[in-house]
Amino acid sequence: MKFVRSLVLVSSDPDSLARGAQEVHERLQREIQSAGLQEEVAVVPVGDLGRHGAAPLIVVYPEATIYGPVTPDDVPLLVEEHLRKGRIAVGLRASARELSGRIAWLSARRGTLPAEQRIVLARAGLIDPEDIEDYILHDGYEALGKALTQMTPVDVINAIGKSGLRGRGGAGFPTGMKWRFVSQTDSYPKYVICNADESEPGTFKDRLILEGDPHSIVEAMTIAGYAVGASEGYIYVRGEYVLAQERLDKAIDQARQMGFLGEDIFGSGFNFDIHIHTGAGAYICGEETALIESIEGKRGEPRARPPYPTTHGLWGKPTVVNNVETLANVPPIVRNGASWFRRFGTSNSPGTKVYTILGNVNVTGLVEVPMGITLREVIAIYGKGMKDGATFKLAQTGGSSGSIVPSSLQDTPMDFDSFARAGVSLGSGALLICNEDTCVVDLVKVLLNFFRRESCGKCTPCRVGTERAHQILTSLSEGTAELSDLRDLETLVDGLSQLSHCGLGQTAAVPIRDIFKHFRAEVEAHVRLKICPTGACSMSGR
Amino acid sequence: MIDGVRDAQGVVSVVQAAVTRHGATAEALVPVLKEINDELGYLPAEALAEVSRLFRMPKGQLMSVASFYHMLSTRPRGRHVIQFCESAPCHVVGGREVWQALQDELNLGPGDTSPDGTWTLVTSSCLGICGVGPVIIVDGDIYGNVVPERVPELLARYA
Ligand SMILES: Cc1cc2nc3c(=O)[nH]c(=O)nc-3n(C[C@H](O)[C@H](O)[C@H](O)COP(=O)(O)O)c2cc1C
Repeated sequence: MKFVRSLVLVSSDPDSLARGAQEVHERLQREIQSAGLQEEVAVVPVGDLGRHGAAPLIVVYPEATIYGPVTPDDVPLLVEEHLRKGRIAVGLRASARELSGRIAWLSARRGTLPAEQRIVLARAGLIDPEDIEDYILHDGYEALGKALTQMTPVDVINAIGKSGLRGRGGAGFPTGMKWRFVSQTDSYPKYVICNADESEPGTFKDRLILEGDPHSIVEAMTIAGYAVGASEGYIYVRGEYVLAQERLDKAIDQARQMGFLGEDIFGSGFNFDIHIHTGAGAYICGEETALIESIEGKRGEPRARPPYPTTHGLWGKPTVVNNVETLANVPPIVRNGASWFRRFGTSNSPGTKVYTILGNVNVTGLVEVPMGITLREVIAIYGKGMKDGATFKLAQTGGSSGSIVPSSLQDTPMDFDSFARAGVSLGSGALLICNEDTCVVDLVKVLLNFFRRESCGKCTPCRVGTERAHQILTSLSEGTAELSDLRDLETLVDGLSQLSHCGLGQTAAVPIRDIFKHFRAEVEAHVRLKICPTGACSMSGR
Repeated sequence: MIDGVRDAQGVVSVVQAAVTRHGATAEALVPVLKEINDELGYLPAEALAEVSRLFRMPKGQLMSVASFYHMLSTRPRGRHVIQFCESAPCHVVGGREVWQALQDELNLGPGDTSPDGTWTLVTSSCLGICGVGPVIIVDGDIYGNVVPERVPELLARYA
C-alpha cells in the first residue's frame, strides 16, 4: 500500500448510497485534486460503517474522526479544514446523540494511541490478585456495600437493565432482563452460576480476568445473588485453568473471613456463598444447560430449551448463568451508575469488549476497547499491523462460534447490532487475523475438525453433519472432491443450522456458509481446477 | 501415573481420599473422577468399581460420564503424555508443521501410545494458551511458539 498522510473512508452501503454517498465521494475526489492533495490523501469507498442515522459517514484516519451525515456541500470545508490544515471541522461532526460513546472515546484517545478503555480489566496486572486488601483499596466490595445497604434488589436490577449491559458469553442477551426473569419466579432456592468454562479456541479473556482480578467475580456474583434472591453460587471453571481455580479459591476464603460472603453480609440479613466446580474437558459444557447437567454429575449434553435456566436451571430451580466478563462489569456499573456505563461503546451495545488478537499480526494479545471499534483499527493500532507487511484477508471472530469476516467488512463497527446487520457475528471476542496465504478451505477444515470432536453426540444432525462436513472439506483440500460434494456441503449447512439441537451444531454451519458467500471462487478452484490458490492445501490426492 | 507399585488397595485409597475431599453427592462426581485421573494417570477399572460403590451409581452410567470428558481417560497412558493443540489459532501460525515434526519423531496417531509405553500423543481442541501458538504440553509443561526444529530437542528432555 502506498504511504499516505490521511486515509478517508466513505460509507457506501446501500443505505448511504441512497442518501448521496456517491456524490460525496465524487466531490471529495474533485476537491482533493484541486487542493493538490492527491498524493497525500487516499479516499476509499467502504461498506457499512454503521450509525445509519448519520449516513453517509466519513471517517478520517489516523485521527479516526467521524463526520456525518455529510452532504456534497460540506466537502470543501472538510477538505480545507481537516485535510489541509489538519484540524477537526467542528461543525460537521456527527451529532453527539448518534455517536456519543464513540466520539468520547475517540477524542479521549487522540494523541495517546494506543489507549485502551479498561473497565473489566481495570485492576488486572495492577493489584495483587491474592490480596483482598489490595482489592478493597481499589474500590473493591464498594459496589456490594452500596447494593446491600442503599439499594433494593429491584434497584440493582434496574441499574443493570438501564446500563444496557449485554452478555459477553456470545449471545449478547440483556443481563438486566435475565436477572429480572429469575427474580420474578417464586420458586426457591435460586442459583447464580458464573460460566468460566471458556473453551473457545483463541479466547482467553475470562482466564485473565479470573487470574488478575478474582475478587471482582466474587463481588459480582454476590450482587447478582442479592438482586435475584439466590443464596448460593457456582463458578464452573474450565478444567485446564488451574491457576484461576487457585486464585478463586483464595479469594472466596478471604471474602468469607472478611464477611463479604457467608451469613448476614453487611448486616443486611442477606446470605450468600460460592462453590467452585471444575470442568473435565468438554467444550460443550460452556453451553449453559450442558454446564448445569455437568454440575449435576452427568454427561454434559444440552437440555431442550425452553424451559430456560431462568426458570428451570440447576436442580430444576431458577438460575442465572452469566459469563465471567459480563459479571466483571457489574460492580463498576453498581458503583458508578448506568449512565456512566453508557458513555462507553454504542447506544445498543454499551460498554467495552475484551478481545484477544491472534494470528498474522505483529503483536498478539488482549485489549479492552469500547464496543464499536473496527477491525482496521484493531489491526493497525493494537496488532501493530500485519506481520511481514502482508495483506489482510479475513478475520475469524469469536473462537469457533463467530464468523469469517472478509476484509471488505473491516470498517464495520464491532458491536452486536452493526455486525448482525452485516451478516456476521462477534462470537466470544477472539480475533484470528489471517493474511492472504490463508486458504479458506484449509481454515474451515480445521474449524470443522473442532466441531466434529466437540459435538456431544446427542443429536444426529450435529453428530453426523459435522463429521460429514469435515470429510468433504478434507477431500476438497486433497483435490479429490467432485462438484456434487459442494452441493452436499451446502445442504449440510442448512441441516446443521436448522436441525441441530443447540448452538454448537448451529454455529458449525457458519464458517462454511461464510466461505461460500465471500470466497466461493477460491472454494470452487479446489474442485473445478483442482488447485489451491494459496498453495496451502497439499492437493495430494489429485 | 500408575507405576505398577500401586496395587488394587492403593487405587481404592486414592478413590477414598478424593471422596473424602469432595463428598459423594451427584455434583461431586466429575471433580472426584478428575482427581483420581490426575493422581493415577487414568481411571482403572478398580477405581471405577469403587466410585460406583461409593456413589451408589451403576457402572454403565459411570462409564457414560467418564467417557464423555476429554481430561478423563479409561485407558492407561504412556509414561509421558504429549498434548498437541490443533485449534485454528495454532494452525494458522505453523501448527501443521509442528504436527508433522511430532509425527516424524514418534509416528503415533492421535490418542496412540507407543509400544514401549513411553509416549502417549493426544490432540486437544484448544489448550487455552492461544497467544503463543503453536502450543504443545508435555506432562503439564507448557511449550509455546514451538517451531518444528525444536521438537526433537523438546522430546529428548523426557526420554
Ligand atoms: C456450544 C456453546 C458453547 C458455549 N461456551 C460458552 C463459554 O465457554 N463461556 C460462556 O460464558 N458462554 C458460553 N456459551 C453461551 C452460554 O450458553 C450462555 O449463553 C452464557 O453463559 C450466558 O451468559 P451471558 O448472558 O453473560 O453471556 C456457549 C454456548 C454454546 C452454544
